[in-house]
Amino acid sequence: MGRVKVVHYLNQFFGQIGGEDKAGILPQLKEGPTPVGQLFEKESGDRFEVVRTIICGDNYAAEHLDEVEGIVLKWVEEIRPSLFLAGPAFGAGRYGMACGTMCRAVQQKLGVPALTAMHPNNPGVDSAAKEIYIIETGDSTLDMKRVVSKLVALSQKVLDKAPIGMPKEEGYLPRGVRVNVRVEKRGSKRAVEMLLKKLRGEPFETELPLPQFDKVVPAPPIRDLAKAVIALVTEGGIVPRGNPDRIEAHNASKYCKYSIRDLNDLTGGEYQTAHGGYDPVYANDDPDRVLPLDATRLLEKEGVFAKLYDYYYVTVGNVTAVASAARYGREIGERLLRDGVQGVILTST
Amino acid sequence: MNQLLLRKVRIQDVVFGEKTEVSDHVLRINQEDLVKYILEDRRLHSVAIKIARPGEKKRIIPVKDVLEPRAKLGGPLTTFPGFFDSAEPVGTGITYVLDGVAVVTCGRLVNFQEGLIDMSGPGAEFSLFSKKLNVVLVMEPKDNLGRYEHEEAVRVAGVKAASYLGLAGIAETFDVEILFPVATFSELEDSYRGLPKVIYVDMVIAQGLLHDNYIYGLNAQGTLPVLLSPTELMDGAIVSGNCAAPCHKNTTYHQQNNPIVEDLLAEDGKTLSFLGVIAMPVRTALLDKERTCTQVLKMARFLGARGAIVSEDGGGNPEADLMMLARLFEKDGIKTVLVTDEYAGRDGASQGLADVTPEADAIVTNGNGNQYVILPPVEETIGHLEAIDVITGGHTGSLRPDGFIEMEIAGIMGSTVEVGSENLKTIAV
Repeated sequence: MGRVKVVHYLNQFFGQIGGEDKAGILPQLKEGPTPVGQLFEKESGDRFEVVRTIICGDNYAAEHLDEVEGIVLKWVEEIRPSLFLAGPAFGAGRYGMACGTMCRAVQQKLGVPALTAMHPNNPGVDSAAKEIYIIETGDSTLDMKRVVSKLVALSQKVLDKAPIGMPKEEGYLPRGVRVNVRVEKRGSKRAVEMLLKKLRGEPFETELPLPQFDKVVPAPPIRDLAKAVIALVTEGGIVPRGNPDRIEAHNASKYCKYSIRDLNDLTGGEYQTAHGGYDPVYANDDPDRVLPLDATRLLEKEGVFAKLYDYYYVTVGNVTAVASAARYGREIGERLLRDGVQGVILTST
Repeated sequence: MNQLLLRKVRIQDVVFGEKTEVSDHVLRINQEDLVKYILEDRRLHSVAIKIARPGEKKRIIPVKDVLEPRAKLGGPLTTFPGFFDSAEPVGTGITYVLDGVAVVTCGRLVNFQEGLIDMSGPGAEFSLFSKKLNVVLVMEPKDNLGRYEHEEAVRVAGVKAASYLGLAGIAETFDVEILFPVATFSELEDSYRGLPKVIYVDMVIAQGLLHDNYIYGLNAQGTLPVLLSPTELMDGAIVSGNCAAPCHKNTTYHQQNNPIVEDLLAEDGKTLSFLGVIAMPVRTALLDKERTCTQVLKMARFLGARGAIVSEDGGGNPEADLMMLARLFEKDGIKTVLVTDEYAGRDGASQGLADVTPEADAIVTNGNGNQYVILPPVEETIGHLEAIDVITGGHTGSLRPDGFIEMEIAGIMGSTVEVGSENLKTIAV
């Protein structure tokens, strides 16, 4: 049986090009493995052959995710490997984002199984864990040996289409997909046991961990609305027709700012939605339904508030990673504040 | 100290006979007699009695409610208080149970929320009712009967049949007798001093047609939370008229055999002191939710509860009550465990609850109702198979031309029941 061809993605540090000073390097190719790739080969009993390694600087990848993804896809496609591995990224955030993004792209667009490894808190987990297997790591490279062993073991199972065990057994991060299983004890018994542990102050494990949302404390009301500058912001994807900045239909990688100076109304001819998460017919017919410029101009004219800010901010809030959404919100808020905006009408879909 | 003696007569088969009676573990039913009794209700046009045994290739659809035949020895108390001549508090005295038998109400749809029971095959894995000797009442209403009247007629018929069959067990020697002490609070305090006091909050939906429950025969829409002793549930103090979704409606049977009550009683006096049950109506409006939740907190405080188990009924808006209660209890220092199920999507990737709160850190889930199953054709359908295309969990095309059924387990009676009678749960992978 021939060896399994593997393409491996690494950052500049593990690619042995340099540290933070080299974080801006463009993607580059190396035929054959790096020392990390050699660990994969050895762990697989030489079943794996890392035929090509792609190395990219952390900053470059973080700032040009789309472009790097395109390059990686091209370089992987040339080889037609059976497996794509990225990382391990451990706790490194930019590196983790790149590993997650590349794995997801390779697996979805080329149909090549792709796996990576990183710390559960790495933002890369948020962006890719639903679609790919991510082996759980500690936050430092000290964990390398164990991680390589888990990553290779799970990769082989994926390649062999062998049954994949539970996250804890195989060492991967739960992908957030909930499946029904039968257990020995009925629900009521489990509830009584959980309550007894809780009453005794012993550790207990909820069967349904809930998403923990940040509490956003509402800002105090605007003291004098008649003197306030108000801005329009939406996650509903209203963009100039043609979507010139290519905001993605889901999991948007950016937000944009467009001028509405001298505009009183958004028409379907000139604006559209880029959002992939709702029926677009009504928004495309009249984009004011999502970004209510017409109504806001009327209020401005009536003097309800002083002035409508000259631009609106927009992103697509559709399966968008919470980490990205939080960053967009923070940055948009900072910019509006700097420009003297006191209030925002934030529309959602 | 007061007590309830629960006498179980084990039934191994159900057949039709000349007289309604139990002998040698066989329940015989005089069909004509039972039909006549049910049809005293002039709103019903017809009723056919069918028997479905475990392992038979039979499917019951659409199912409205399931009840266990139970009756009280001597007067004046009756099981299902408030449905007959007496609404006096139950939960004491002697109650007979036909163990292994269930009454299933079936017949033309009242609305979309009724479910399915398969007696064999993959569908039977999901429901304890598939393991029962089911006496099915297939009832057809008179023409032009309104939906509310239709629902009431079939609900009351189920209660009547369960009571009628239960009475047949009284003449028979019982197989098991279980004694449940019914303590006053001062007796509890004297016996179990030092053990943490625990309350069970049994949410009951009270939201309209096929979304109502009856406490002592009274529609829970009209009540504040009610304090019950655990044994009152065993005597049928709560009757379900709720079909929120078949997978997570707590049927009358689930309430009579409430497993949270059973498992708390098993620990009572050992590791905890079980204070009792608060039946909590679940309404739709926020003001109503706040009213009932704060009343429940008030009662739990009065009773000195340190721990609570709260079970949901239905899904969606009741999760607001569930989370509100977790918040109120935990802030008041009452350690709380919630018992629920999920609608996490067919792929299991969605957030499965409609509301969450950080205080809800201890949850038991009884499974994802959206799991997709394929059920093979059966030899006999009891009821109306075509209902599958419109009931919760089914969809247009659920009944395939080859006779197989494709559906979500949401349509299977009690598959993810939120009082925790089954052993299904979800895990994240």
